[in-house]
Amino acid sequence: MKLLSAIDMFGEYILLLKKVFSKPEKRRVYYQQTIKEIDKLGLQSIGIVTIISVFMGAVITLQTAYNMENPFIPNYLIGLGTRDSMLLEFSSTIIGLILAGKVGSNIASEIGTMKVTEQIDALEIMGINSASFLILPKIIATVLFNPFLTVLSMIVGIVGGWLVGVFTGVVSTQEYIDGVQYAFIPFYITYALIKTVVFAFLITTISAFYGYRVQGGSLEVGRASTQAVVMSSIFILLFNLILTQLLLS
Amino acid sequence: MITVKNVYKSFDGRLVLEDINATFEKGKTNLIIGQSGSGKTVLLKCIVGLHDVDSGAIYYNDIRFDNLNFNDKKKIRQKIGMLFQGSALFDSATVEENVMFPLDMFTSMTYEEKLERVNFCLKRVNIINSNHLYPAEISGGMKKRVAIARAIALNPEFLFCDEPNSGLDPKTAVVIDQLIKEITEEFNITTIINTHDMNSVMGIGDKVIFIHNGKKWWEGTKDNILDSDNKELNDFVFSTELTRKIKGL
Repeated sequence: MKLLSAIDMFGEYILLLKKVFSKPEKRRVYYQQTIKEIDKLGLQSIGIVTIISVFMGAVITLQTAYNMENPFIPNYLIGLGTRDSMLLEFSSTIIGLILAGKVGSNIASEIGTMKVTEQIDALEIMGINSASFLILPKIIATVLFNPFLTVLSMIVGIVGGWLVGVFTGVVSTQEYIDGVQYAFIPFYITYALIKTVVFAFLITTISAFYGYRVQGGSLEVGRASTQAVVMSSIFILLFNLILTQLLLS
Repeated sequence: MITVKNVYKSFDGRLVLEDINATFEKGKTNLIIGQSGSGKTVLLKCIVGLHDVDSGAIYYNDIRFDNLNFNDKKKIRQKIGMLFQGSALFDSATVEENVMFPLDMFTSMTYEEKLERVNFCLKRVNIINSNHLYPAEISGGMKKRVAIARAIALNPEFLFCDEPNSGLDPKTAVVIDQLIKEITEEFNITTIINTHDMNSVMGIGDKVIFIHNGKKWWEGTKDNILDSDNKELNDFVFSTELTRKIKGL
C-alpha cells in the first residue's frame, strides 16, 4: 500500500514538473521573478553558508591534525585533507543538506501558504500557469546560484581550516598551503558542481511539490514544510551516492 | 451570460451537485445561496474551471467552457475577475503591485499606462494613498476592495465573488455589496456571487438561485423570496426569530 502511494506521489511529481516546464506566459515577468528568487534563495543564504563552511574547515583541520600520531606523516597532509574533504563532500553535500533545511522549508511554506489562502487559485483564475510561474523561477535561481555558494564554501572552508590550524599551532602557513596545492585534481571541483546543480534541482522541486499539494490550513503547511526538508535530504543523500559512483568510479 | 446545463459533480463517490441548470445574466448580480455544505462553492468552482464537472456543460456566452483545453480556457479566464473569500491578495506584493499584476501578465501597456489604470481601479473602489502598503498592513474591508480592484483591472466580462462579506462587519459588508452591484451595472458584467449573507440577498440579489442538498431548489428575485412558500428556502432565509416574525411564519 505504501509502495502504491509512493508511486502515486512520484506520478504527481512528474506531472507537476511537466506543468512547470511549459512555455512561460510572459518572459519578462518570469525574468523579474527569477532575479527576486536569486536574492531570496541565493544571496540570503550566503551568511549561513559562510559561517558553516568556516567551522567545517576549521574542525576538519583540527581533527586531521589530532588524528595524525605517526611522526612520519608530513604536516602538509592536514591542508590536503581539509581541501579534499571540502571539495568532495562538505561544500556540496553538507551545504546541500543545510540548504534543504533553509531554502526547502522556505519554498514549501511559501507555496503551501499561497495554496491554502487561495492565492494559487487566484493565479489560475487569471489564466496563469501557477506551477510554472511560482516554481520555474525558483529552479532557475537555485540551479544558477547554488554553484556559487558551493565555490564560496570551498574557499571559506579552506581559509577557515588555515586560520584555525595556524592559530592553534597544529600546522604552519607554508605546510598548509603546500597541502592545499599538493596532488590537486581539478575534476573534483567539476564533480562538486555537478552534485550541487542536481541537489539544487532536487531541493527546489521536491519542496515546491510538497507545498503545492497542501490542502487544509496552517497545520498542513507546517507538515508539508517538514516533509519537504526530510524528503529533500533523503534524496540528496541518495543522489550523492549515485553521482559519486557514476562520476568517481 | 453564463449558462450551466445538467451539471453533476461528485467527490469520492459522494454526489455534491445533481442536475444543476441555471442561467446567469449579463449586467445583473446573480446570487447563489445555500447552507454551508450545500454545494454552492463547488458549483462556483465548477463554473470557473477550478473543478472539472462529471457531466453537463458550462457555457460562457456561446462557448462551451468545461471541455476546452488549458490554452483555450486561458483565453476565457483572461475575461474573468474573481474575488475570493479571503481576498487572496499576494502577500509579498504591495496594493499597487497586486492590482498591476494582471496588467503585467496580459497587456503590453507601458508602466505609466498601467499605473494610470491601477489608480483608476483603486479610486473606483475608494482606496486612496495606499498604493505602497502590503496586504498585512490593511484592514479586511480594504483587502476586499483591493481584490475587487485587481479583479476589474482587465475590464472583465465575468466577475465571481466567493463569500465577499465573510469576516466583515455589517456596515462594511453593505459597502462591498453596493460596490459589486455598482461595478456590475457600470461595466455591464455578468456577476455571480456565492453567499449566505441574507443582507446581501435582500440588498443586491437581481437573481437568486437557492442550492439545497446539491440540487437547485429554487430560483427567483429578491422580491420573490418574500412571497415564496418554499419550505426549505424559508427555513434558510428566515432562520432567525426576527425574520420569521416579519415573514409571518
